[in-house]
Amino acid sequence: MHIPDGYLGPQTYAAAYGIMAPLWAAASRIVSATLRSRQVPLLALGAAFSFVIMMFNVPIPGGTTGHAVGAVLVAVLLGPWAAVIAVSVALIVQALLFGDGGITAIGANCLNMALIMPFVGYGVYRLVAGRSDVRSPRRWIGAALGGYVGLNAAALATAVEFGIQPLIAHNAAGQPLYAPYPLSVAVPVMAAEHLLLFGFVEAAVTGMVVAYLQRSDPSLLPTSSRDIAAAQRHGAARPPAAVAVACDLATQPPAAVSGRCAPEPETEARR
Amino acid sequence: MTTTTKLWIALAILVALTPLGLVLPGVFGAETAWGEWSTEEVHKLVGFVPSKMAHLSQLWKAPLPDYALQGQENARLPALSGSYILSAVVGVAVVALVMILLGRVLARRDKSDTA
Repeated sequence: MHIPDGYLGPQTYAAAYGIMAPLWAAASRIVSATLRSRQVPLLALGAAFSFVIMMFNVPIPGGTTGHAVGAVLVAVLLGPWAAVIAVSVALIVQALLFGDGGITAIGANCLNMALIMPFVGYGVYRLVAGRSDVRSPRRWIGAALGGYVGLNAAALATAVEFGIQPLIAHNAAGQPLYAPYPLSVAVPVMAAEHLLLFGFVEAAVTGMVVAYLQRSDPSLLPTSSRDIAAAQRHGAARPPAAVAVACDLATQPPAAVSGRCAPEPETEARR
Repeated sequence: MTTTTKLWIALAILVALTPLGLVLPGVFGAETAWGEWSTEEVHKLVGFVPSKMAHLSQLWKAPLPDYALQGQENARLPALSGSYILSAVVGVAVVALVMILLGRVLARRDKSDTA
Protein backbone atom coordinates (compact mmCIF):
# COMPACT_ATOMS: atom_id res chain seq x y z
CA MET A 1 0.00 0.00 0.00
CA HIS A 2 3.10 2.23 -0.08
CA ILE A 3 2.65 4.42 -3.14
CA PRO A 4 6.04 4.86 -4.86
CA ASP A 5 7.35 7.99 -6.57
CA GLY A 6 6.00 8.32 -10.09
CA TYR A 7 2.55 6.86 -9.45
CA LEU A 8 0.84 10.08 -8.39
CA GLY A 9 0.86 13.32 -10.34
CA PRO A 10 1.69 16.61 -8.61
CA GLN A 11 -1.97 17.59 -8.19
CA THR A 12 -2.58 14.48 -6.13
CA TYR A 13 0.61 14.31 -4.08
CA ALA A 14 0.62 18.04 -3.37
CA ALA A 15 -3.03 17.88 -2.31
CA ALA A 16 -2.22 14.98 0.03
CA TYR A 17 0.62 16.98 1.61
CA GLY A 18 -1.78 19.92 1.84
CA ILE A 19 -4.30 17.81 3.74
CA MET A 20 -1.72 16.26 6.03
CA ALA A 21 0.21 19.40 7.00
CA PRO A 22 -2.50 20.96 9.20
CA LEU A 23 -3.47 17.53 10.52
CA TRP A 24 0.11 16.79 11.56
CA ALA A 25 0.09 20.14 13.35
CA ALA A 26 -3.26 19.33 15.00
CA ALA A 27 -1.99 15.87 15.99
CA SER A 28 1.09 17.42 17.62
CA ARG A 29 -1.06 19.87 19.55
CA ILE A 30 -3.54 17.27 20.72
CA VAL A 31 -0.89 14.69 21.61
CA SER A 32 1.13 17.26 23.53
CA ALA A 33 -1.99 18.01 25.59
CA THR A 34 -2.95 14.39 26.23
CA LEU A 35 0.18 12.26 26.23
CA ARG A 36 1.95 11.68 29.53
CA SER A 37 5.70 11.42 29.47
CA ARG A 38 5.51 7.89 30.88
CA GLN A 39 3.50 6.89 27.80
CA VAL A 40 6.31 7.94 25.45
CA PRO A 41 7.99 4.49 25.51
CA LEU A 42 4.66 2.91 24.52
CA LEU A 43 4.34 5.40 21.67
CA ALA A 44 7.87 4.55 20.50
CA LEU A 45 6.98 0.84 20.74
CA GLY A 46 3.85 1.44 18.71
CA ALA A 47 5.72 3.26 15.96
CA ALA A 48 8.46 0.60 15.90
CA PHE A 49 5.84 -2.18 15.86
CA SER A 50 4.08 -0.51 12.93
CA PHE A 51 7.42 -0.30 11.10
CA VAL A 52 8.25 -3.97 11.66
CA ILE A 53 4.81 -5.44 11.02
CA MET A 54 4.82 -3.78 7.57
CA MET A 55 7.92 -5.84 6.70
CA PHE A 56 5.89 -9.05 6.98
CA ASN A 57 4.71 -9.32 3.41
CA VAL A 58 1.82 -11.75 3.23
CA PRO A 59 1.52 -13.50 -0.12
CA ILE A 60 -1.60 -14.18 -2.12
CA PRO A 61 -0.50 -17.45 -3.74
CA GLY A 62 0.36 -16.73 -7.36
CA GLY A 63 -0.66 -13.11 -6.92
CA THR A 64 0.57 -10.07 -5.09
CA THR A 65 1.58 -9.32 -1.51
CA GLY A 66 0.26 -7.11 1.25
CA HIS A 67 0.83 -6.51 4.93
CA ALA A 68 -0.67 -5.29 8.18
CA VAL A 69 0.04 -1.72 9.31
CA GLY A 70 -0.67 -1.66 13.06
CA ALA A 71 -2.22 1.81 12.94
CA VAL A 72 -5.47 0.76 14.63
CA LEU A 73 -3.57 -0.99 17.43
CA VAL A 74 -1.71 2.25 18.23
CA ALA A 75 -5.01 4.15 18.06
CA VAL A 76 -6.67 1.74 20.51
CA LEU A 77 -3.78 2.00 22.98
CA LEU A 78 -2.90 5.68 22.73
CA GLY A 79 -5.69 7.35 20.79
CA PRO A 80 -6.04 8.08 17.07
CA TRP A 81 -4.02 11.32 17.13
CA ALA A 82 -1.04 9.55 18.67
CA ALA A 83 -1.43 6.94 15.93
CA VAL A 84 -1.26 9.69 13.29
CA ILE A 85 2.16 10.67 14.61
CA ALA A 86 3.52 7.18 15.30
CA VAL A 87 2.56 5.71 11.92
CA SER A 88 3.69 8.86 10.08
CA VAL A 89 7.14 8.52 11.65
CA ALA A 90 7.28 4.85 10.57
CA LEU A 91 6.18 5.72 7.02
CA ILE A 92 8.64 8.62 6.68
CA VAL A 93 11.56 6.44 7.82
CA GLN A 94 10.44 3.72 5.38
CA ALA A 95 10.43 6.22 2.51
CA LEU A 96 13.72 7.96 3.34
CA LEU A 97 15.89 5.01 4.40
CA PHE A 98 14.37 2.09 2.54
CA GLY A 99 12.67 3.57 -0.51
CA ASP A 100 9.42 1.91 0.59
CA GLY A 101 6.88 4.48 -0.56
CA GLY A 102 7.92 7.53 -2.53
CA ILE A 103 9.23 10.84 -1.23
CA THR A 104 6.58 12.72 -3.19
CA ALA A 105 3.98 10.25 -1.90
CA ILE A 106 4.73 10.61 1.82
CA GLY A 107 1.69 12.87 2.20
CA ALA A 108 -0.58 10.39 0.41
CA ASN A 109 0.79 7.35 2.23
CA CYS A 110 0.37 9.09 5.58
CA LEU A 111 -3.14 10.20 4.59
CA ASN A 112 -4.10 6.58 3.87
CA MET A 113 -2.26 4.62 6.55
CA ALA A 114 -1.60 7.19 9.30
CA LEU A 115 -4.82 9.20 9.17
CA ILE A 116 -7.74 7.40 7.52
CA MET A 117 -6.80 4.00 8.88
CA PRO A 118 -6.41 4.82 12.59
CA PHE A 119 -9.47 7.09 12.67
CA VAL A 120 -11.78 4.70 10.86
CA GLY A 121 -10.46 1.74 12.85
CA TYR A 122 -10.68 3.59 16.15
CA GLY A 123 -14.27 4.62 15.37
CA VAL A 124 -15.22 0.99 14.80
CA TYR A 125 -13.41 -0.03 17.99
CA ARG A 126 -15.31 2.54 20.05
CA LEU A 127 -18.62 1.51 18.50
CA VAL A 128 -18.07 -2.15 19.37
CA ALA A 129 -16.26 -1.70 22.70
CA GLY A 130 -18.68 0.97 23.91
CA ARG A 131 -18.77 1.26 27.67
CA SER A 132 -17.73 -2.33 28.18
CA ASP A 133 -15.37 -3.35 30.96
CA VAL A 134 -11.69 -3.22 30.11
CA ARG A 135 -11.53 -7.03 30.27
CA SER A 136 -14.64 -7.52 28.15
CA PRO A 137 -14.33 -9.53 24.92
CA ARG A 138 -15.95 -6.54 23.23
CA ARG A 139 -12.60 -4.75 23.56
CA TRP A 140 -10.51 -7.21 21.55
CA ILE A 141 -13.34 -7.97 19.14
CA GLY A 142 -13.77 -4.25 18.57
CA ALA A 143 -10.02 -3.85 18.04
CA ALA A 144 -9.95 -6.74 15.56
CA LEU A 145 -12.94 -5.39 13.64
CA GLY A 146 -11.39 -1.93 13.74
CA GLY A 147 -8.19 -3.33 12.24
CA TYR A 148 -10.12 -5.04 9.48
CA VAL A 149 -12.23 -2.02 8.55
CA GLY A 150 -9.38 0.46 9.05
CA LEU A 151 -7.02 -1.37 6.72
CA ASN A 152 -9.73 -1.69 4.10
CA ALA A 153 -10.51 2.02 4.33
CA ALA A 154 -6.82 2.77 3.78
CA ALA A 155 -6.68 0.38 0.83
CA LEU A 156 -9.76 1.97 -0.73
CA ALA A 157 -8.27 5.46 -0.39
CA THR A 158 -5.02 4.23 -1.95
CA ALA A 159 -6.91 2.61 -4.83
CA VAL A 160 -8.85 5.81 -5.51
CA GLU A 161 -5.62 7.82 -5.57
CA PHE A 162 -4.15 5.34 -8.07
CA GLY A 163 -7.33 5.13 -10.10
CA ILE A 164 -7.86 8.85 -10.67
CA GLN A 165 -4.39 9.30 -12.20
CA PRO A 166 -5.34 8.26 -15.76
CA LEU A 167 -8.26 10.73 -15.57
CA ILE A 168 -6.08 13.60 -14.35
CA ALA A 169 -2.95 13.14 -16.43
CA HIS A 170 -2.61 11.62 -19.89
CA ASN A 171 -0.89 12.58 -23.12
CA ALA A 172 -2.51 13.39 -26.47
CA ALA A 173 -2.70 9.70 -27.32
CA GLY A 174 -4.62 9.04 -24.10
CA GLN A 175 -1.69 7.26 -22.45
CA PRO A 176 -1.54 7.86 -18.70
CA LEU A 177 1.49 9.79 -17.43
CA TYR A 178 1.52 8.27 -13.93
CA ALA A 179 -0.25 5.23 -12.42
CA PRO A 180 -1.68 3.45 -15.44
CA TYR A 181 -4.76 1.63 -14.15
CA PRO A 182 -8.18 3.33 -14.00
CA LEU A 183 -10.55 3.28 -11.02
CA SER A 184 -12.42 0.34 -12.56
CA VAL A 185 -9.30 -1.79 -12.12
CA ALA A 186 -7.55 -0.28 -9.10
CA VAL A 187 -10.55 -0.24 -6.76
CA PRO A 188 -11.80 -3.81 -7.28
CA VAL A 189 -8.30 -5.31 -7.13
CA MET A 190 -7.19 -3.41 -4.02
CA ALA A 191 -10.57 -3.93 -2.34
CA ALA A 192 -10.66 -7.66 -3.06
CA GLU A 193 -7.19 -8.47 -1.80
CA HIS A 194 -7.68 -6.46 1.40
CA LEU A 195 -11.25 -7.66 2.03
CA LEU A 196 -10.34 -11.30 1.47
CA LEU A 197 -6.90 -11.60 3.03
CA PHE A 198 -4.89 -8.66 4.35
CA GLY A 199 -7.79 -7.26 6.40
CA PHE A 200 -7.91 -10.52 8.35
CA VAL A 201 -4.18 -10.33 8.99
CA GLU A 202 -4.61 -6.83 10.41
CA ALA A 203 -7.61 -8.01 12.46
CA ALA A 204 -5.63 -10.91 13.93
CA VAL A 205 -2.61 -8.76 14.79
CA THR A 206 -4.71 -5.99 16.37
CA GLY A 207 -7.09 -8.32 18.21
CA MET A 208 -4.37 -10.59 19.58
CA VAL A 209 -2.23 -7.79 21.00
CA VAL A 210 -5.27 -6.16 22.63
CA ALA A 211 -6.43 -9.52 24.04
CA TYR A 212 -2.92 -10.13 25.42
CA LEU A 213 -2.82 -6.72 27.09
CA GLN A 214 -6.31 -7.27 28.53
CA ARG A 215 -4.95 -10.30 30.39
CA SER A 216 -1.46 -9.13 31.25
CA ASP A 217 -1.74 -5.38 31.86
CA PRO A 218 -5.26 -3.97 31.36
CA SER A 219 -4.15 -0.63 32.81
CA LEU A 220 -2.62 0.12 29.40
CA LEU A 221 -6.02 0.06 27.74
CA PRO A 222 -8.22 2.41 29.77
CA THR A 223 -5.40 4.74 30.81
CA SER A 224 -5.14 6.17 27.34
CA SER A 225 -8.87 6.85 27.00
CA ARG A 226 -8.92 8.42 30.44
CA ASP A 227 -6.03 10.66 29.51
CA ILE A 228 -7.66 11.73 26.30
CA ALA A 229 -10.97 12.24 28.07
CA ALA A 230 -9.41 14.23 30.89
CA ALA A 231 -7.54 16.52 28.56
CA GLN A 232 -10.64 17.04 26.44
CA ARG A 233 -12.71 17.82 29.53
CA HIS A 234 -10.24 20.42 30.68
CA GLY A 235 -10.36 22.02 27.27
CA ALA A 236 -6.65 21.49 26.80
CA ALA A 237 -6.99 20.59 23.18
CA ARG A 238 -9.68 21.78 20.85
CA PRO A 239 -8.86 20.87 17.29
CA PRO A 240 -9.75 23.39 14.59
CA ALA A 241 -13.26 23.11 13.17
CA ALA A 242 -12.39 21.08 10.09
CA VAL A 243 -10.39 18.64 12.14
CA ALA A 244 -13.13 18.36 14.71
CA VAL A 245 -15.60 17.38 12.01
CA ALA A 246 -13.29 14.72 10.59
CA CYS A 247 -12.64 13.58 14.11
CA ASP A 248 -16.33 13.37 14.97
CA LEU A 249 -17.09 11.41 11.83
CA ALA A 250 -14.36 8.97 12.64
CA THR A 251 -14.79 8.49 16.34
CA GLN A 252 -18.27 9.37 17.53
CA PRO A 253 -20.78 6.63 18.09
CA PRO A 254 -23.92 7.82 16.32
CA ALA A 255 -25.86 8.22 19.55
CA ALA A 256 -23.39 10.60 21.15
CA VAL A 257 -23.31 13.99 19.50
CA SER A 258 -21.35 16.05 21.95
CA GLY A 259 -19.03 17.80 19.52
CA ARG A 260 -16.09 16.38 21.38
CA CYS A 261 -13.27 14.42 19.91
CA ALA A 262 -12.97 11.76 22.57
CA PRO A 263 -16.07 9.59 22.51
CA GLU A 264 -17.74 8.97 25.84
CA PRO A 265 -15.27 11.04 27.82
CA GLU A 266 -16.78 10.10 31.17
CA THR A 267 -16.81 6.35 30.81
CA GLU A 268 -13.31 5.51 31.97
CA ALA A 269 -12.94 8.31 34.46
CA ARG A 270 -15.95 7.24 36.48
CA ARG A 271 -14.60 3.80 37.15
CA MET B 1 9.29 -7.39 34.22
CA THR B 2 7.15 -4.49 33.05
CA THR B 3 4.74 -4.94 30.19
CA THR B 4 6.75 -2.46 28.14
CA THR B 5 9.89 -4.58 28.56
CA LYS B 6 7.97 -7.69 27.53
CA LEU B 7 6.67 -5.87 24.46
CA TRP B 8 10.19 -4.78 23.48
CA ILE B 9 11.28 -8.44 23.72
CA ALA B 10 8.32 -9.45 21.57
CA LEU B 11 9.35 -6.78 19.07
CA ALA B 12 12.92 -8.14 19.00
CA ILE B 13 11.50 -11.60 18.23
CA LEU B 14 9.44 -10.09 15.42
CA VAL B 15 12.59 -8.44 14.04
CA ALA B 16 14.33 -11.83 13.99
CA LEU B 17 11.34 -13.32 12.15
CA THR B 18 11.10 -10.59 9.48
CA PRO B 19 12.77 -12.75 6.78
CA LEU B 20 9.44 -14.63 6.68
CA GLY B 21 8.05 -11.54 4.99
CA LEU B 22 10.73 -11.91 2.35
CA VAL B 23 10.72 -15.69 1.91
CA LEU B 24 7.01 -16.57 2.03
CA PRO B 25 6.02 -14.47 -1.03
CA GLY B 26 8.69 -16.33 -3.03
CA VAL B 27 7.48 -19.71 -1.78
CA PHE B 28 3.91 -18.93 -2.82
CA GLY B 29 4.88 -17.36 -6.14
CA ALA B 30 3.53 -13.99 -5.10
CA GLU B 31 4.99 -10.94 -6.77
CA THR B 32 5.23 -7.24 -5.98
CA ALA B 33 2.41 -5.60 -4.04
CA TRP B 34 -0.24 -4.14 -6.32
CA GLY B 35 0.71 -0.63 -7.39
CA GLU B 36 4.30 -0.84 -6.12
CA TRP B 37 5.92 -2.17 -9.32
CA SER B 38 9.29 -1.07 -10.64
CA THR B 39 9.18 0.68 -14.02
CA GLU B 40 10.36 -2.62 -15.62
CA GLU B 41 7.42 -4.45 -14.09
CA VAL B 42 5.02 -1.70 -15.23
CA HIS B 43 6.40 -2.10 -18.75
CA LYS B 44 5.72 -5.84 -18.63
CA LEU B 45 2.18 -5.30 -17.30
CA VAL B 46 0.85 -2.54 -19.53
CA GLY B 47 3.36 -2.54 -22.40
CA PHE B 48 4.83 0.90 -21.78
CA VAL B 49 6.24 3.05 -19.00
CA PRO B 50 4.13 6.16 -18.39
CA SER B 51 6.41 9.06 -19.34
CA LYS B 52 6.29 11.09 -16.13
CA MET B 53 6.52 7.94 -14.02
CA ALA B 54 9.82 6.97 -15.65
CA HIS B 55 11.26 10.33 -14.66
CA LEU B 56 9.76 10.72 -11.19
CA SER B 57 10.53 7.17 -10.03
CA GLN B 58 14.26 8.01 -10.10
CA LEU B 59 13.81 10.86 -7.63
CA TRP B 60 15.19 9.21 -4.50
CA LYS B 61 18.07 6.82 -3.89
CA ALA B 62 17.44 5.18 -0.53
CA PRO B 63 20.50 4.07 1.47
CA LEU B 64 18.95 0.61 2.06
CA PRO B 65 16.72 0.17 -1.00
CA ASP B 66 13.92 -2.37 -0.47
CA TYR B 67 15.40 -3.31 2.93
CA ALA B 68 18.58 -4.61 1.28
CA LEU B 69 22.14 -3.36 0.86
CA GLN B 70 22.89 -1.38 -2.28
CA GLY B 71 23.86 -3.55 -5.22
CA GLN B 72 22.20 -6.61 -3.65
CA GLU B 73 19.48 -6.88 -6.31
CA ASN B 74 20.67 -10.31 -7.45
CA ALA B 75 21.87 -11.61 -4.10
CA ARG B 76 20.72 -14.99 -2.83
CA LEU B 77 18.07 -15.48 -0.20
CA PRO B 78 20.31 -16.04 2.88
CA ALA B 79 22.21 -12.81 2.16
CA LEU B 80 18.98 -10.94 1.51
CA SER B 81 17.51 -12.31 4.74
CA GLY B 82 20.50 -11.00 6.66
CA SER B 83 20.10 -7.57 5.12
CA TYR B 84 16.38 -7.70 5.83
CA ILE B 85 17.01 -8.28 9.55
CA LEU B 86 19.68 -5.57 9.54
CA SER B 87 17.16 -3.20 7.93
CA ALA B 88 14.60 -4.09 10.57
CA VAL B 89 17.12 -3.37 13.35
CA VAL B 90 18.12 -0.05 11.79
CA GLY B 91 14.50 0.87 11.11
CA VAL B 92 13.28 0.01 14.60
CA ALA B 93 16.19 1.93 16.16
CA VAL B 94 15.61 5.04 14.04
CA VAL B 95 11.81 4.98 14.39
CA ALA B 96 11.97 4.43 18.17
CA LEU B 97 14.63 7.11 18.64
CA VAL B 98 12.75 9.69 16.57
CA MET B 99 9.55 8.83 18.42
CA ILE B 100 11.16 9.10 21.86
CA LEU B 101 12.72 12.47 21.03
CA LEU B 102 9.48 13.72 19.51
CA GLY B 103 7.52 12.27 22.43
CA ARG B 104 9.75 14.09 24.92
CA VAL B 105 9.12 17.36 23.16
CA LEU B 106 5.38 16.75 22.99
CA ALA B 107 4.43 14.89 26.16
CA ARG B 108 3.38 16.72 29.27
CA ARG B 109 5.27 16.01 32.46
CA ASP B 110 3.78 13.42 34.77
CA LYS B 111 3.76 15.94 37.61
CA SER B 112 0.88 17.83 36.02
CA ASP B 113 -1.17 14.62 35.88
CA THR B 114 -2.41 15.06 39.42
CA ALA B 115 -4.13 18.33 38.52
